Amino acid sequence: MSAPLNISRRTFLKATALVAGGLVIAFAIPQAKRFLMPGADKASASQDASKLPAPNAFLRIGTDNTITVMLAHSEMGQGIWTTLPMLIAEELDADWSTIKVEHASAAPEYAHTAYGIQITGGSSTTWSEFDRYRQAGALTRALLISAAAEKLGVAADTLRTENGFVVSDSEKISFGDLAETAATLATPTSVTLKDPKDWKIIGKSTKRLDGPEKINGTAKFGQDVQFEGLKTAMVARSPVFGGKVKSFDATASKQLKGVQNVVQVPTGVAVIADNYWAAKQGRDALKIEWDLGDNARLDSKKMLEEYRALAATAGLPAAKAGDTQAALAKATTVVEAEYVAPYLAHSPMEPLNCAVKISDDGCEIWTGTQMQTTDQGAAAKILGLKPEQVKIHTLFLGGGFGRRANPAADFVSEAVQVAKAAGVPVKTVWTREDDVKGGYYRPMYLHKAKIALGEDGMPTAWEHTEVGQSIMVGTPFESVMIKDGVDATSVEGVADSPYLKHIPNYQVNLHTVKATIPVLWWRSVGHSHSAFAMESLIDELAHAAKQDPLEYRRALLKDHPRHLAALNLAAEKADWGKPLAKGVSRGIAVHESFGSFVTQVAEVSVDKGEVKVHRIVTAIDCGLAVNPDSLKAQMESSISFGLGAALFSEITFSEGQVQQSNFHDYQVLRMKDMPKVEVYIVQSTEKMGGVGEPGLPPVAPAVTNAIFAATGKRIRNLPIGSQLA
Amino acid sequence: MITLNINGKEEQLDAPDDMPILWALRDVMQLTGTKFGCGMAQCGACTVHLDGQAIRSCVTPVSVAAGKKITTIEAMQDDKVGKAVQAAWQEIDVVQCGYCQSGQIMAATALLATNQAPTDADIDAAMSGNICRCGTYPRIRAAIHAAATKLA
Ligand code: FES
Ligand code: FES
Repeated sequence: MSAPLNISRRTFLKATALVAGGLVIAFAIPQAKRFLMPGADKASASQDASKLPAPNAFLRIGTDNTITVMLAHSEMGQGIWTTLPMLIAEELDADWSTIKVEHASAAPEYAHTAYGIQITGGSSTTWSEFDRYRQAGALTRALLISAAAEKLGVAADTLRTENGFVVSDSEKISFGDLAETAATLATPTSVTLKDPKDWKIIGKSTKRLDGPEKINGTAKFGQDVQFEGLKTAMVARSPVFGGKVKSFDATASKQLKGVQNVVQVPTGVAVIADNYWAAKQGRDALKIEWDLGDNARLDSKKMLEEYRALAATAGLPAAKAGDTQAALAKATTVVEAEYVAPYLAHSPMEPLNCAVKISDDGCEIWTGTQMQTTDQGAAAKILGLKPEQVKIHTLFLGGGFGRRANPAADFVSEAVQVAKAAGVPVKTVWTREDDVKGGYYRPMYLHKAKIALGEDGMPTAWEHTEVGQSIMVGTPFESVMIKDGVDATSVEGVADSPYLKHIPNYQVNLHTVKATIPVLWWRSVGHSHSAFAMESLIDELAHAAKQDPLEYRRALLKDHPRHLAALNLAAEKADWGKPLAKGVSRGIAVHESFGSFVTQVAEVSVDKGEVKVHRIVTAIDCGLAVNPDSLKAQMESSISFGLGAALFSEITFSEGQVQQSNFHDYQVLRMKDMPKVEVYIVQSTEKMGGVGEPGLPPVAPAVTNAIFAATGKRIRNLPIGSQLA
Repeated sequence: MITLNINGKEEQLDAPDDMPILWALRDVMQLTGTKFGCGMAQCGACTVHLDGQAIRSCVTPVSVAAGKKITTIEAMQDDKVGKAVQAAWQEIDVVQCGYCQSGQIMAATALLATNQAPTDADIDAAMSGNICRCGTYPRIRAAIHAAATKLA
């Protein structure tokens, strides 16, 4: 058996009675090991568990036997609506069919156990809640057993739990029947978690609990929020980032049927209407004169030229060993290359939206958000309220991919401004064009490398310079994430690359460009471009050394067992080295991100300049796979997202304006482009990592390495687009 | 006022002639199962059936639907093919964020209503207008094949 865990000190759980009858297990104080947000720890330090209102619970057992699990994180497709309840149900021995799930409200009690604020991101939900949710289940189980012992007049150690019941040799009582008694008992200060060999739910593929409502159209997204008196708002924003309204004429707009009001807000001009269609027509009829500001000459082609010039200069050091310059000067074989990844929009399927209702003593917000704490704080600041006066209702997110976790709280702040200016409850909706043109992109990055190879073909010196915008600068995370001028997310996957660790001389430099294009984390963050550069470069080196790309990686990664395990499993399943159908070639890439290790082998053919990706075989070591089928779904998802970006997607600027607008010119992956995907999970007891993002970084290089194998052409700029035509 | 037949019922709607069916369903009828993704027939999130044919409701004005039958995701459980498609979706655990899935199911149902045994190429042709940013494509494909088998 596992050692008992001291609950009160580690997770601050507390049992109390539910107002409507039943048992509620509430948070008292967030367990925050490290705080990314200065001051986040102070917010709730004085909270007394006994005074907590029931909404701050994360587990409720009703007298009707329903078990409601409150999610401290947001469901955006990644499957935590199922995975987190699995953790509780396992320890509780709950009847899975009685589990219901709700998004928690926004409150300090729901802060991320590692990041200190309420956030869903960094592929961290399952590992960061693995202890807290299991402990909640175990503690609840202990209380229910005590309650049964009291009722039956027997010793607790003669009782066991089974599928929603406490069971003795002769009797069984349902959890619901014990809930009220359990709520009156003292909360245990320590519980023992199950030995993994006794797990019945954890590690078993479990169907999604949100499946049925997402299949019959009843699942509610932010876009679906409707209530009496709620108006629809659409904001006309500057065509150039940072532009301001000089003047506007709303006469034509206001004459349209269904248009109620037109108000100016900090981000532009908002049309308030009875419905989306009227709001859209009202916005189209606005005449606005803009002061476009300094960005009016922005041009991404010119920016790239500037990046190139910068890359020829030193930059700030991000990692360093030996004497790279001297080693390069002496080398007989030097490989030099430049890789470029473009700006990218997240374009979640559900365009952004946010409903706001302001009352005398507070504000209610309905939206799909990944970052409740900053949204709540931003709304409170605008309205002169305390954060706790802002109630956030998190709905299902129609995709997030990072776009709905914005430290600047852009779409929430704007909606609050609109509601404030309009004086009525409004739901601010974005069109797809607004989404594509609205900024907060994955920044464009240029990687330039100069690598010396020794006699044996192995690298002896590696100079690597990156140029791009920082996503952390100016955010509350700046103080933690930017050290000595280097944003860790700009160089992740390079500065900490396992390849560099065994090279005597290396130097990673960073130029952080001060651009005014709003940028943000995009699924897999810095790894989304660094893996493309690193895994392409390794492929270039293998070819320069006339070695097999798999064997070359194996040799370089020989002291990295988790990389190797993923590499070997994928290579074996993909039949690496065995012949393929005529015209089809293989490429391979391996990359660690978010604590997980992923290899992909892509099978690709190129016909008349058209790239066809036939099959991707992938292997992941993420430690324990709590819900293996959900993990597989995330790998399929990451591959689709990353492949679409690699093949088609890019955001460009000309004369200050974004040149793309909708899915016809900001292209993403479609059914016809989706390869067969095979996912293999390394059986692992190593430290848990994430699964929502790590499947993305290897896709682009696996495919472009396969293109090289097929055609001899090295793709060094994304997207692949028509470069092979 | 316009009269529309929605999911088998005649409904009177206060909607201008040029209002797309999507917004008449969502904002006037509060039938929010049909989703908005692009507004220009690029993503398929808004797919409904008009006399059994899959159409993009975001670009089809209500005037076009007069005298015809609109069927939405909300009525799929009463449709033999739609029900089988939904069952296959559940069996294969297709959904992720779920936002595109009403449109996917409507498109798949329209496909299976006219093609009882679609090949992969048929699925590519019929389903490539429906974007899924979560990349549920492999499961959608598998679920369409599974539903076809069940219906055969
Ligand atoms: S919303 Fe109609 S096709 Fe995209
Ligand atoms: S399930 Fe999220 S867009 Fe398809």
